Amino acid sequence: MSVRLADITAADIAAERARFPRAFAPTPRERMHFWFLWGGGTMLTLYCLYRFGFFSAGFLHGVSKFGSVVVAQLFPPKGFANLPMFMMVMGETIAMAFMGTLLGAVFAFPLSFLASRNMTRSRPLQFGTRRFADLLRSFDYLIWALIFVRAIGLGPLAGIMAIAIVETGTFVKLYSEAIENLDRKQVDGVIAAGGDGLQRIRFGVLPQVLPMMLSNTLYMFEHNVRSASILGIVGAGGIGFLLADRLRAYELQEACLIILLIILAVYAIDYLSKTLRERLIGDHRRREPVDDAVQT
Amino acid sequence: MKEAEAVPNSKSRGSGARFEAQYAAYRREKRIYAFLFGAAFLVCLVAAAITAKFDVVTLIRGLPRTTDFLEKLVPPIGLATFAHDMREWYWDIGRWMDSLLSTLLMAFLATVLGTAIGGFLSFFAARNLAKQYLVYWVMQRVLEIARTVPDIVWALMFVIAFGIGPLAGILAITVHTIGAQGKLFAEVNENISPLPIDGIRAAGGTWFQEIRFAVLPQVIPNYMSYTFWRLELNVRSATIVGFVGAGGIGHDLFSAVQLLYFSDVGAILLIVVATIMLIDVLSEMFRHSAIGKASFAQ
Repeated sequence: MSVRLADITAADIAAERARFPRAFAPTPRERMHFWFLWGGGTMLTLYCLYRFGFFSAGFLHGVSKFGSVVVAQLFPPKGFANLPMFMMVMGETIAMAFMGTLLGAVFAFPLSFLASRNMTRSRPLQFGTRRFADLLRSFDYLIWALIFVRAIGLGPLAGIMAIAIVETGTFVKLYSEAIENLDRKQVDGVIAAGGDGLQRIRFGVLPQVLPMMLSNTLYMFEHNVRSASILGIVGAGGIGFLLADRLRAYELQEACLIILLIILAVYAIDYLSKTLRERLIGDHRRREPVDDAVQT
Repeated sequence: MKEAEAVPNSKSRGSGARFEAQYAAYRREKRIYAFLFGAAFLVCLVAAAITAKFDVVTLIRGLPRTTDFLEKLVPPIGLATFAHDMREWYWDIGRWMDSLLSTLLMAFLATVLGTAIGGFLSFFAARNLAKQYLVYWVMQRVLEIARTVPDIVWALMFVIAFGIGPLAGILAITVHTIGAQGKLFAEVNENISPLPIDGIRAAGGTWFQEIRFAVLPQVIPNYMSYTFWRLELNVRSATIVGFVGAGGIGHDLFSAVQLLYFSDVGAILLIVVATIMLIDVLSEMFRHSAIGKASFAQ
C-alpha cells in the first residue's frame, strides 16, 4: 500500500498533526524552555557587552589603536641580533617544561596507585588522594608560579615547581584512570603464580599501563612547553619574561620575533612528541583521552 | 611491549633451541633499545637540569619558605571567635565578590563571542565544507595562530590598545577561544555524514541552507558540549589575565601578592578554587544531563 505525494491533502496533514502533535512541532513547554534559554542568554550577553564598555566610544578608539599601534607595528619582526639569546632562553623554557613534567610524573606515580579504586582498599584514602589531586590541578600554572616566585625567588626554579605541582594533580588523575581500566586477568595470573604485592605491580600492572602513562606524560610535556613560555610573565623564568618585557616597552617587532620563536618551538615539540607517542601506543588516529583533562 | 615478535613463525615450531635463540636475540635487542632510551633520557635530564638551573640546594632551602608562605595565607581562626575571625579575614569581601562576578561575566562573554565567531569560521576551516582549498588552508592557519599564542600574551597586546581593564581580558580570551573552538568545530564538521548535504544540494539549496539544514542538526550537540567545556576553561583563564592588568579577580590576587597581604591572597585563592571546583561540577552535570552521553560519544 503506497501513498503518492500528490494524493495527500491538506486535511490529511491536519489530521496527522492533530494525532501526533510532537512529530510536527515542539510542545509549548519545550518552546518556552527554548526561548527562555535563548532570551536569557541574549539578555545576559547584551548586559555584558554594555557592562564592559563594548558600546562606548573607548571601544572603537581601542580597536583603531590596536590596528595602528599593535598590529601595524608587529611586522616585520626585528632584533635578529638577539636571536641567539632568545633561543637560549627558549631552551631554558623547554628545559623548565621537561623538569616540571618529570617531577610531576615522579610525585604522581606512587600517588596514582593510592588514587585507584582497584589498588587501594581504603575508600577514604582513595577518594582523599583524588580530591587532593583535583585541588592541585584547579589552580592555574600562573597562580602557583606567583606563589613560588614569592617563596623561592625569581627564576626558572619557581616555574619548574609550578609546573610540577599542577602536573602532579593532572598525572594522578590520568595515571589512576589508566590503572583503573587495566585488565584484571594479568594481575590474577601473577597472584596465582605466587607473586607478592610488588611483583603484582611490576608484572601485572606496569606492562599494561606504562605505555599509556608514558604517552600521557609526553603529551603533557608538549602542553607544558606552552605553559612554560608564559610563566616568565610573573617572573618564574623562561621566555615569557622577555616577551612581557618587550611588549610593555612597546618593542613590538622584537616581541613578534619572540612569539614566532615560541610558535616554532611549540610546533617542533608537538611533532617530536607526536612521533614518539605513535611509537608508544601505536594507533595514531586515536584521540587522546587527556584532551579532556587539559587546557588547550 | 610487542611480545608477538618473539613468537617464532610456524616453520620453527617444535624446535625449542631455535625458539630459545630467537627469544635471546629478542631480549638482547630490547635491552639495547632500553639502554639507548635510558641514555638519551639521562642526557636530556642533565641538559635540562643545567639549562633550567635546577638547583636542589636552593629548592630545599626554599621549601620551608614555601610552607611559611602557605601558613601565612590563613590567619589564625579560633572556634570561639569564628564568625569574627572570618569577617576579619574576608574584610574586603564586597570588592572580591564584585571582581568574581566580573571574572565570570568576562568568561561568559568571551565564550559567547569566541564560539559565535569561531563556529562561523569553522565552516570555512572544514575540508568538506570549504569551497576552495585556499580558503580552508588560510583559515586553518589563522585559527592555529589564534590558539597557539597563549591568551595571556593576547592580553598583554590588548592592554596596550585598550588600557588596563576587563575589556582587554575579554578580547584576549575571545581570540584564543575563536582559535580553539574553530579547530574543534571544524573537526566535528569534517566528521558529519555528507548525505544530508547532497540532499539539500539536489533540492537546489544555497550554501547557507546547506549549513542550516544539513550540517547544523548533525553538529549542534557536539558544539554544545565543547562550548560548556570551553566556558569552564575560560573561567580559569579569566582568573589569571588580571595578572597583566586585564581585569577580573586575578588583578586583586596579583596586587595582594605584590603588596605581601598574605591573608588576602589566601582569601582570594579560596574564592577562586571554590568557584573553579563549582564550575567543574556544574559543567559536568550539565554536559551529562542536558546533552546526553550518546551525542557526546558519536
